[in-house]
Amino acid sequence: MAAHLKKRVYEEFTKVVQQQHEDLSTKKLRLTKPSKSAALHVDLCKATSPADALQYLLQFARKPVEVESVEGVVRILLEHYYKENDASVRLKIASLLGLLSKTAGFSPDCIMDDAINTLQNEKSHQVLAQLLDTLLVIGTKLPENPSVRMRLVEVACKHLTDSSHGVRNKCLQLIGCLGPVEKGVAKEAESQAAKDVQKIIGDHFNDQDPRVRTAAIKAMLQLHERGLKLQQAIYSQACKLLADDYEQVRSAAVQLIWVLSQLYPESIVPIPSSNEEIRLVDDAFGKICHMVSDGSWVVRVQAAKLLGSMQQVSSHFLEQTLDKKLMSDLRRKRTAHERAKELYSSGEFSSGRKWGDDAPKEEIDTGAVNLIESGACGAFVHGLEDEMYEVRIAAVEALCMLAQSSPSFAEKCLDFLVDMFNDEIEEVRLQSIHTMRKISNNITLREDQLDTVLAVLEDSSRDIREALHELLCCTNVSTKEGIHLALVELLKNLTKYPTDRESIWKCLKFLGSRHPTLVLPLVPELLSTHPFFDTPEPDMDDPAYIAVLVLIFNAAKSCPTMPALFSDHTFRHYAYLRDSLSHLVPPLRLPGRKLVSSAVSPSITPHEDPSQQFLHQSLERVYNFQHLDPQGIQELLEFTIRDLQRLGELQSELAGMADFTATYLQCQLLLIKALQEKLWNVAAPLYLKQNALASAAAKQILEETYKMEFMYSGVESRQVVIIHHMRLQAKALQLIVTARTTRGVEPLFGMCEKFLQEVDSFQRCFISEVPHMQGSFVDKLLDLMPRLVTSKPSEVVKILQTTLRQSTFLHLPLPEQLHRATANIIEPTGESDNPLRFTSGLVVALDVDATLEHVQDPQGTVKVQVLYPDGQAQLIHPKPADFRNPGPGRHRLITQVYLSHTAWTEPCQIEVRLLLAYNSNKSKASTRIPKSTWSESLEALPPSENGIEGTIPFSKPVKVYIMPKPARR
Amino acid sequence: SHFHLDHCGALPYFSEMVGYDGPIYMTHPTKAICPILLEDYRKITVDKKGETNFFTSQMIKDCMKKVVAVHLHQTVQVDEELEIKAYYAGHVLGAAMFQIKVGCESVVYTGDYNMTPDRHLGAAWIDKCRPDLLISESTYATTIRDSKRCRERDFLKKVHETVERGGKVLIPVFALGRAQELCILLETFWERMNLKAPIYFSTGLTEKANHYYKLFITWTNQKIRKTFVQRNMFEFKHIKAFDRAFADNPGPMVVFATPGMLHAGQSLQIFRKWAGNEKNMVIMPGYCVQGTVGHKILSGQRKLEMEGRQILEVKMQVEYMSFSAHADAKGIMQLIRQAEPRNVLLVHGEAKKMEFLKQKIEQEFHVSCFMPANGETTTILTNPCIPVDISLGLLKRETAIGPLADAKKPKLMHGTLLMKDNSFRLVSPEQALKELGLAEHQLRFTCRVHIQDPRKEHETVLRVYNHLKGILKDYSVQHLPDGSITVESILIQATAHSEDQGTKVLLVSWTYQDEELGSYLTSLLKKGLPQSTP
Repeated sequence: MAAHLKKRVYEEFTKVVQQQHEDLSTKKLRLTKPSKSAALHVDLCKATSPADALQYLLQFARKPVEVESVEGVVRILLEHYYKENDASVRLKIASLLGLLSKTAGFSPDCIMDDAINTLQNEKSHQVLAQLLDTLLVIGTKLPENPSVRMRLVEVACKHLTDSSHGVRNKCLQLIGCLGPVEKGVAKEAESQAAKDVQKIIGDHFNDQDPRVRTAAIKAMLQLHERGLKLQQAIYSQACKLLADDYEQVRSAAVQLIWVLSQLYPESIVPIPSSNEEIRLVDDAFGKICHMVSDGSWVVRVQAAKLLGSMQQVSSHFLEQTLDKKLMSDLRRKRTAHERAKELYSSGEFSSGRKWGDDAPKEEIDTGAVNLIESGACGAFVHGLEDEMYEVRIAAVEALCMLAQSSPSFAEKCLDFLVDMFNDEIEEVRLQSIHTMRKISNNITLREDQLDTVLAVLEDSSRDIREALHELLCCTNVSTKEGIHLALVELLKNLTKYPTDRESIWKCLKFLGSRHPTLVLPLVPELLSTHPFFDTPEPDMDDPAYIAVLVLIFNAAKSCPTMPALFSDHTFRHYAYLRDSLSHLVPPLRLPGRKLVSSAVSPSITPHEDPSQQFLHQSLERVYNFQHLDPQGIQELLEFTIRDLQRLGELQSELAGMADFTATYLQCQLLLIKALQEKLWNVAAPLYLKQNALASAAAKQILEETYKMEFMYSGVESRQVVIIHHMRLQAKALQLIVTARTTRGVEPLFGMCEKFLQEVDSFQRCFISEVPHMQGSFVDKLLDLMPRLVTSKPSEVVKILQTTLRQSTFLHLPLPEQLHRATANIIEPTGESDNPLRFTSGLVVALDVDATLEHVQDPQGTVKVQVLYPDGQAQLIHPKPADFRNPGPGRHRLITQVYLSHTAWTEPCQIEVRLLLAYNSNKSKASTRIPKSTWSESLEALPPSENGIEGTIPFSKPVKVYIMPKPARR
Repeated sequence: SHFHLDHCGALPYFSEMVGYDGPIYMTHPTKAICPILLEDYRKITVDKKGETNFFTSQMIKDCMKKVVAVHLHQTVQVDEELEIKAYYAGHVLGAAMFQIKVGCESVVYTGDYNMTPDRHLGAAWIDKCRPDLLISESTYATTIRDSKRCRERDFLKKVHETVERGGKVLIPVFALGRAQELCILLETFWERMNLKAPIYFSTGLTEKANHYYKLFITWTNQKIRKTFVQRNMFEFKHIKAFDRAFADNPGPMVVFATPGMLHAGQSLQIFRKWAGNEKNMVIMPGYCVQGTVGHKILSGQRKLEMEGRQILEVKMQVEYMSFSAHADAKGIMQLIRQAEPRNVLLVHGEAKKMEFLKQKIEQEFHVSCFMPANGETTTILTNPCIPVDISLGLLKRETAIGPLADAKKPKLMHGTLLMKDNSFRLVSPEQALKELGLAEHQLRFTCRVHIQDPRKEHETVLRVYNHLKGILKDYSVQHLPDGSITVESILIQATAHSEDQGTKVLLVSWTYQDEELGSYLTSLLKKGLPQSTP
């Protein structure tokens, strides 16, 4: 693999050199340009048969053509076009014309006339269609030229009467893309084609070919997208198209109707077969609802999706989408509201819930009016129980959007959403839980609904459970029984799936802070306190007990009477939890206790919370240590690193930042320690041990810098420079150490050269940043560069040593957001004592389930490593499909790892862990190189630097007990 | 159409005993499952009830050998004219609706169908085939069911509650169809909620049939089709075979037992054992015919008279839940909307309810709807298309005339229709004459127009000529040397009136083919010549 990559790197390398070569001899290039079209010409003349010519053209199409030679090529192609008898060759030429006119920087107006001329005599429909396509490309390339557009539209109008659907299709497409949008232009031109484009397109709504009909609607939509206001008259035409035989026509028509309903929501349309009128948006809503029970699922998905964005619809129409039984009740007069209401409740049809209630009831006045077609009612009921889950998901989404804008509708659709929690497909369940969360501001759950919602907590899918926790975070519960129920179910969930701990605690935190008054009466029961008897103190490490406390403490925050109910140990536990789970437990005003938060003046905004301040202060202190003695510096660094690490553990939101800086300081500390070794003053061979220390330090710094660069998301270029700088220092250290320990100059030559190259590449990559690095190692080094290049290795080493000692410590600026990539293997748990037995030589599949946080592009970087007891390591690349993305910055890896080994005598443990692969080639540094210096810097970068690959372990290893048995004979 | 016995129960009788020897078509699952049910049916009727003159096992086998299996949407040409095509109908595994087509007249027979997908099957679907007649079942003519999920939730809740308080649940079902759906429903619920109470299924033919359910995955719904690679949903973990002795076991349990209407067999036996305890529950998931125990308890009867004058008091809870996989009124309407038939015929329902639905259909779709009683004949008028052969030359010639040819719109053509040897041909008149050996006759119209014009004849002719030339710019108007004028093929001659020299008589003569132009010309001439200067 590595060898292969190296080869590729070399290949790229050599290629780059060639290009530069061309750049240098621009004259030569210009000479070759005409030869390209000439070669084509020769080829085409040589071609004896159409098949040959086609081959040449195909080959030609594979290579790009320079901007300057496009016109020449086009001329030659056109020349052949006129000569050619074979339609397929002409077709290819026509398509090539289109391709060529797409070339960036080429202005196709010069070839437009020719292209139009070719249309005149063309007989083949396919070629005609292709030519029109070419014209479309030309037209879109010239957006600033209305007269050209006019002309093209005129040409297209002429060919609209063609008998082939392909040609008509393209014509309509062209008119849609290029037709005049502003009224003024049309008047100016005053040509025939300036006739109403909409009318021309509208005429083709009744074309005999469904493809043309679709193209006509699409063209209309295109016009709309380009800013033309469609006429309302189209609405009735579009409505007729809803009954088309072909699904693509219906699908496009639904879209068109939606567009019109957004344009003219308030205008009034008559209801056929009566003299009543309703708002257009209501009518359109009814029609689109109707399409939710269409025969084709594509149309159904389309319709369901669009329903969501029709927010202007009257609530009275909206609510009918949730009741199927209104079928007959929709025929109602506005004058007879009362009677209609009665029908709502009684229902002419039976529900099938009770036995024997389906005897026909009295007939309803059939003279009543069909307000919306009967299929429209219960659109969502249909959509939600559609057989295709795509439709169901679309319906849930639409429901969500409509409910967000209408609280009364939200209340009504709740039951339906809750029902969707029991869908057979997990995606749908998940989607409906998310939807519910989004509309939860508008609703309060009834107890029975809560019951159904909570039942889902037992779901075996972690995604579902977590989504449900999030939902519970922002739900309003109406009664204290509800809260109790929720707590009980959550605790049940906790015992069943202990891994949900964090998520459940967080959920309870919000549940508590939202419903303080409902929690208050539950407190004695929850804490199991008794007015007379002392109850045993619960176990502080019990996750369930912590969960209860989180709920209570958060409720107590806004309910000052609650702490009076606490027993003594509760206060102690509060103090402990406030310290250990500070993100879950709020500061409380407790009697007889100094309030921590009172020390902080209220004027401080929450943004500048004390921990952040602390972080900055400690860093400030470190950066000003210059005047301290070496011993003091070391101590300060050590303390700061310890503080930062502790801070990272306490404050999860600052963890990334703290770890990042701690790592940096660690590097610096190592560097300082290494430089203070006494070995520098003594002859090398005597201090082999110290040598080992220094080189180990250098190695560790290198590793840490790679971690800093690739394990954190949110690292900006400013940080990358500092990291690279630190790495450079480490490399210098390495060089010095090797120089002192090895005898002979020969190996040093190579190393020195390599180092200098690295310095050079650093300079190239970060040329813009170097001025900011006053007094740093690299700054000084660059000053000395001319001397370094000429001097001997031993001298280089000497210079490096002094510069390294003299250089100042660079200030590491912190980015806004910094997150450390973390991974947590949920499964295998590593607790099993039962070995996984399998026959040696065969494979066994091990299910791996892990959560990844803040990993960019996990598909490319995350690997699974399996370490066998014999030291053998296996690296597995999971499939891209194994990664799921449940939320921003979070990923979930669910994959299978295949294990195999030769027979063992007894079971043994293997280690499974996740690795983050990196490749310095793809590092952020190289992507930041400005375009102009691209080739240069690439050239300058030595290939070895180019391809450094490595992996960083970023999860705790999990041990799995396995036992390969010998195969039975 | 599907394997339920009310649809295929008499098939062996029909083919082996009555003597039908034509082809029999079925979908693959129906062909696989149908003989199992028929055999079971035969066993009960012959072995238990002692019926004689019934078909034998061998007859079932022979009958099945004659069956031709069809795929969905496969057009089967039965003979030269008759073709059939199957559409997915939901309802039970392998249920199909059949389109029967002769020429351009067609009938769609739905059999039983279901428009709402359930836990194991999809929804019925048909394309816009615009049949002349749609024969639809109408079991639920007056019902529009609530959403399926409500029903499922209610069902699961009721079962769960009963099991939690230690009661037993009896669900009488017919062996195939609903049973599988409810099994899947309970199975997944048990799995999700991690319940331990046993679920039993009264055995017999079910096991064999379940095997086929596992096989015909393509006929099931999206979920099962998508997940069967990981796990076939019909491989139940929690559902075990029932043994008669289990009914007396203490503790909660759920039992699916046949038959579905509690009229006989195992379900009735279990019902009698459990009826006395109010903790227990019976859930009727489908329709019950009048007179069965099921119908009685659903109607609220609490004291049942069993055979032998025993009185059975029903204390257990009785629940009804419409899980029946027939289309409800809305579903029927939806199918009609999809298929766009010209006539609808309702069968398989109760007259009163059908009457109601019939009105709804006529009102909504403006198509005529019929509901014949058993044995009644209905006559439906159709507008059949008659295909006619036309020679390519004539077709091209005729389509070239007039505005742009629009292939899918009706167009008027001229030609001669020849009906010969049971075939229709449209040919040009010349060819028709030739083929029939007839001489061509020309029909000519002649008309005299009197014009007041004192001038000489040839001057009048000239004036007429100039006049016509001025008006009929698109036609060729010629002045012949013999003093006559021709407009296309119409001849105009002028002679002086024998009595009055001042009146000229214009003789206009045209053939039948030029009738339009000829009459136009005469009317033009009758208006007289313009008073222009000579």
